[in-house]
Amino acid sequence: MYRYDEFDHAFVRDRVTQFRDQVKRRIAGDLTEEQFKPLRLMNGVYLQLHAYMLRVAIPYGTLSARQMRKLAHIARTYDKDYGHFTTRQNIQFNWPRLEDLPAILDELADVEMHAIQTSGNCIRNVTTDHFAGAAADEAGDPRPWAEIIRQWSSLHPEFSYLPRKFKVAVTGAARDRAAIRFHDIGLELRHAPKDFGEGAKGETGLGFRIFVGGGQGRTPMVAKEIRDFVPERDLLAYLEAIMRVYNRFGRRDNKYKARIKILVHERGIDEIREAVEAEFEALRGGVLDIPLEAREQISAYFAAPDFEVLPAKSETLEAAWTSNPVFGQWMARNTHPHKTPGYVSVTISLKPTGGVPGDARSAQMDAVADLADRYSFSEIRVSHEQNLILPHVRKDDLPALHKALVDAGLEAANAGLVTDIIACPGLDYCALANARSIPIAQRISERLADHDRQAEIGDLSLKISGCINACGHHHVGHIGILGVDRKGEEFYQITLGGAPGGDAAIGEIVGRGFSTDQVVDAVETIVDTYLGVRQDADETFLTAYRRVGKAPFQEALYGA
Amino acid sequence: MPKPPKTQVMTANRLGDGRVVYLGNEDWTTDLADARLLPDADSQALAEEVAKAAVADRAIVEPYLIDVDEEAERIEPVRLRERIRASGGPTTGSSVAA
Ligand code: HEM
Ligand code: SF4
Repeated sequence: MYRYDEFDHAFVRDRVTQFRDQVKRRIAGDLTEEQFKPLRLMNGVYLQLHAYMLRVAIPYGTLSARQMRKLAHIARTYDKDYGHFTTRQNIQFNWPRLEDLPAILDELADVEMHAIQTSGNCIRNVTTDHFAGAAADEAGDPRPWAEIIRQWSSLHPEFSYLPRKFKVAVTGAARDRAAIRFHDIGLELRHAPKDFGEGAKGETGLGFRIFVGGGQGRTPMVAKEIRDFVPERDLLAYLEAIMRVYNRFGRRDNKYKARIKILVHERGIDEIREAVEAEFEALRGGVLDIPLEAREQISAYFAAPDFEVLPAKSETLEAAWTSNPVFGQWMARNTHPHKTPGYVSVTISLKPTGGVPGDARSAQMDAVADLADRYSFSEIRVSHEQNLILPHVRKDDLPALHKALVDAGLEAANAGLVTDIIACPGLDYCALANARSIPIAQRISERLADHDRQAEIGDLSLKISGCINACGHHHVGHIGILGVDRKGEEFYQITLGGAPGGDAAIGEIVGRGFSTDQVVDAVETIVDTYLGVRQDADETFLTAYRRVGKAPFQEALYGA
Repeated sequence: MPKPPKTQVMTANRLGDGRVVYLGNEDWTTDLADARLLPDADSQALAEEVAKAAVADRAIVEPYLIDVDEEAERIEPVRLRERIRASGGPTTGSSVAA
């Protein structure tokens, strides 16, 4: 796992010391709220409806068992005994006291964690696939690249003067689980295309397919492919070229228009590409060149654990599968193929029936930490679907792991099913919200709880945001729900057909919105309509929707 | 004719722990039932002054006036957002220990 180097250590400790002093001066009256607010925001402290909120970074969604125990300890000691894992692959604490924050940040620094946010000139959170370093379908581990980009961007003077904030996501697999097409820059680590000249591929034959100009929020856009292959060693030169073009053309006059997505949209990808290629030619092979040994040095931080040599098939697993149907259901949904024979990655669902998506109590965090120690080389991941992952579990251990999850109340067998709902905090917590998200998620998960019915429905993602900032990713839900305020009443607009991955699309509004009382029925009607129109059980919701369009759903929802 | 002003209450978050507070008759209170009712422009302007002083005095942050319903038996904020704030936490099935 990645370890802080000396520089990171000193930087994070310095920031805690500074913040401790700033809090003291604020409480003593030497800093006004106007002076203090930007300082607390830089340290991940927000003011929500009921209290302060602390957002702790989890770089690349990767956590050790020791770090998870620390999060549990913080929840127990300084908060109301729970935390909320978010779509940004981080954790939020909803009730810290201002006076306690320096102590909390010190505790985090003890386990090499921090709450420094991507504002101003500071460490940037690059997101990746939650199965990184484990997934059978990956060309390479994307996390070393996320770290290389982090180091480059934290030291980069231009980043502090960017027109607006900037988000990067990296995946190492062709199947995009990191929504790279909805980031300012999205990177897919891949093997060079066949027709790519031998000499141009680089030493490893690996490189990046690059997308620019994606985003969600109030103007959602799918990123455009700017290049199909940049060899590994040239990546930073290419990114630098993009930054230069962005800085040259980007609009600073309007905060909503300054994103790269607007630039790409207004100028067109061809003009942007041409400008980037010209810069790239000038930069390539210069100071931003990344030699193989530098890459290997960083990759060593993310070295794979000592996997045992195991047969691909596990007798223990096969036996449990046939004898215990509940285990079989969980196994079928909550495991993901691993690159090492005899291992799988396990999704621990934080979406029990009627629960708050992404919330975990301190006892559950401790339980997950213990299970990671016992079964997954002490490694844990946080997914942007608001679940936890044990990345490296022996197939032989799955029955025992499942039993332990049942004991901890973490056995929901619904990964990727309709009740695996993403929901932002909404009006229950968030000062920007128009409507509540959590109670809608809870009611939908109760309505559709029956496992057989869910299994029959198959892969279906439902995502809910309480306002257009789209923290709940509603634009890319197969079914998306957006809370709006209609004359003081909560109202919910439904979109259909969104998708975050390789088949990226922004959902289309199906028609007029629904009241709190109607919205759960409306979702059920949509699900039933899909079951009625699909050609067979293998036709997923998304495929069926793309074939038949909105009309049958509109008819079912609103009548002819 | 301008509409008659709605009855209001002054709210804010406490500096030390961020909790929701209301301007009461004596001091800031976490209980909306103890809030001072501000029926007219004069009382509202006075409350704004008191709040400004409380911000300077480091008692509270981000004060603002909210509309409340006078007809109700208890003081009842008009907007849902404020009803949720007044309730002290998230509305349903939250993870807050009972
Ligand atoms: C509760 C306090 C929160 C506040 C005040 C907040 C505020 C915002 C704002 C203002 C934006 C828009 C930024 C922009 O357009 O550049 C945003 C975007 C975003 N938020 Fe939040 N948020 C909160 C919680 C969360 C949570 C809990 C999650 C995860 C579940 C989350 C995930 C995101 C994501 C992924 C985006 C990016 C959308 C995009 O690509 O433009 N936020 N948030
Ligand atoms: S989408 Fe809106 S309501 Fe939901 S967390 Fe983000 S800012 Fe708050």
